[in-house]
Amino acid sequence: MPATLLIPLYRDEVAPRFDLAGEALLVHLDADGAELSRSSVLLAHASSEELCRIALEEKVRVVICNGIDDEFWQYLRWKRIEVIDNVMGPVDEAIARFRADALRPGDILFHRSDA
Amino acid sequence: MGNGPGCDAAPRTSSPDAGRPVSSPSARHNAQRRNRCFVSTQQTGPAAPHSIRSRAGSPARHGAPPPHVSGISPLPVDLAAMLDALPVGVALLDIDCSIRLMNRALETLTGFTTAEVRGIPCRHALRASICLYRCPLRRPLTTASGVTVATASGAHYDMIDDGELPPAQEGDILNRHRRRIPVRMSMSPLRDADGRVVGWLHAVEDLTLVRELEEKTAKGEAFGPLVGRSVAMERVFQALPAVAQNDGPLLVTGETGTGKDTLAEAVHKASSRAREPFVKASLSSLPEFLAESELFGHRKGAFPGAEENKPGRFRLAQGGTLYLTEIGDLPLSIQGRLLAFLDEGVIYPVGATDPVACDVRLVVATNRDPEQLVAEGRLREDLFRRLSAVRLHLPPLRDRGEDIEFLLNHFMGHFAARMKKTVRGCSGKALRTLLDYPFPGNVRELRNIAEYAVTLCHGETVMPAHLPAYLFQAKAEARRAERERRTGRVAGAFGQPGSPDASDTTGDAQASPGDGGEHLARTSVSDLERRLIADALQRTGNRRGEAAELLGWGRSTLWRKMKQYGMC
Repeated sequence: MPATLLIPLYRDEVAPRFDLAGEALLVHLDADGAELSRSSVLLAHASSEELCRIALEEKVRVVICNGIDDEFWQYLRWKRIEVIDNVMGPVDEAIARFRADALRPGDILFHRSDA
Repeated sequence: MGNGPGCDAAPRTSSPDAGRPVSSPSARHNAQRRNRCFVSTQQTGPAAPHSIRSRAGSPARHGAPPPHVSGISPLPVDLAAMLDALPVGVALLDIDCSIRLMNRALETLTGFTTAEVRGIPCRHALRASICLYRCPLRRPLTTASGVTVATASGAHYDMIDDGELPPAQEGDILNRHRRRIPVRMSMSPLRDADGRVVGWLHAVEDLTLVRELEEKTAKGEAFGPLVGRSVAMERVFQALPAVAQNDGPLLVTGETGTGKDTLAEAVHKASSRAREPFVKASLSSLPEFLAESELFGHRKGAFPGAEENKPGRFRLAQGGTLYLTEIGDLPLSIQGRLLAFLDEGVIYPVGATDPVACDVRLVVATNRDPEQLVAEGRLREDLFRRLSAVRLHLPPLRDRGEDIEFLLNHFMGHFAARMKKTVRGCSGKALRTLLDYPFPGNVRELRNIAEYAVTLCHGETVMPAHLPAYLFQAKAEARRAERERRTGRVAGAFGQPGSPDASDTTGDAQASPGDGGEHLARTSVSDLERRLIADALQRTGNRRGEAAELLGWGRSTLWRKMKQYGMC
């Protein structure tokens, strides 16, 4: 099933907080999970409400993020959008894991040599 | 500091500064460093500090050998256990701002364990509001002063001198459980033996309780729509949660306008019956047979005109709460049936022979002294005993001290927001007038005065001209009564007939309860009420509903007082 992902960004990482992200990445996947296109959205100012609005407008199926307020987590789920939260790491790594159906809430994707 | 993988402060990097003389800010610390403790993750052999390590900081918990602090006791001390003893959250970060260690308080606050987030940038684990755009440790390389260092990742940071770090910043963190927690954060550099900055100590203090306290102080106590911050109301607020959970009958006493109805509804909403109906019954103006039918319902044909079965308030409140507004006005026969309900949990609708079971919590109120009602024979003593097991008294506004000003601001803010006005407060004179007023209509009257004032006020400050005229009339009456009282005292002091003992000037001056002064004051209040009613009726063209509204009383209160003063 084709899907659109929304990932709030901070540099090349999944933004630490949904409400403080000034940019979001939209990733379009086809039914096989292959990436069709990417587009990034710059926000006039960081806002959870604005990200939720974009998610609804763009018919996003999955939001991948790190910290998110319970209120917005509940809202997105109520709108039948899957939220994979507490994901820490580079955004490319998160997308790759998602495509491999291996991304779970709480995944830490940073490479830690001595952790 | 050691060089191990734990909370190692020694730079693992090939810093360009390594081995060269440190700058003056760092040099300032060299004089102190000989007295400092240092952190190491190296095992200390057989002399390891078992007693400290056993408390916390096991290798399993942190996913690495526990770091130790040497120099404060003959044996190295387990650093993790030491930090766990602190009541504030603490994180040790390396020079790249990656997490090396978090104490237990911070693990609780963030919801992550050190083992989970060790080695990742602190902004991802702490997720503080300052992390992304206001992090004091991530600054561009523009300052001329300070030492520039290279980190393991090759990124360059402008090293910050201790003095440059902000003392503390307030913000919030978003924890693993999606909860936003207000915090105060502070940052201190960790230095190695040569005074070089090799990491950071991040302290995170939970401000949840502080914020709650601030909010409570600003808003006053509250229970549903009831607000106040006087000592008298504080006692009521403390009792209310337990009263709400108790399922037995409740007796609420208090003068008219003190909020008995509001309290009854708030108790219902806080009780386990909150999802069931709250039914209010005001039966004082109904004849006995109608009141009985209204309360208990009737069967078809029970009396002429009873063409249908009527459920009655009791059955409408099934599962919930039935609130009777004035128990003293209920006929004794109905009081007897209430007592039967309290004892057996059943009612008998008018014209019915079989009892009907009712699961209803009964809340009753009176604005009179219930003991006095019993003494007058207007309230059955057995019913009173049954009802007064749980009893709440709402104090009159004049006994609520600081609440007058607090409620005034509360209501003015409410009405200003509703009317889209910018009224911010009262002038000194207007406030003094209000504080001197006895508020016989209590909170309801104060609320109406606030609404009136906000309606008339077009600026930011309520002036005396924006207050109802009767307040000034009342003030003049009070002054006159006071004058009369003093005149009476002087006359009494000169031994006039009927006056208190002329020699007992002390007792007279204190106007003890029961003396002539209080009687005069009571008389003048009655007189004042009579005049207020007459004035209100005149203003409203004898429309009692509007007059009651103007006075801040309920319709039944106005009716009762008119009856009391022989005005109807």
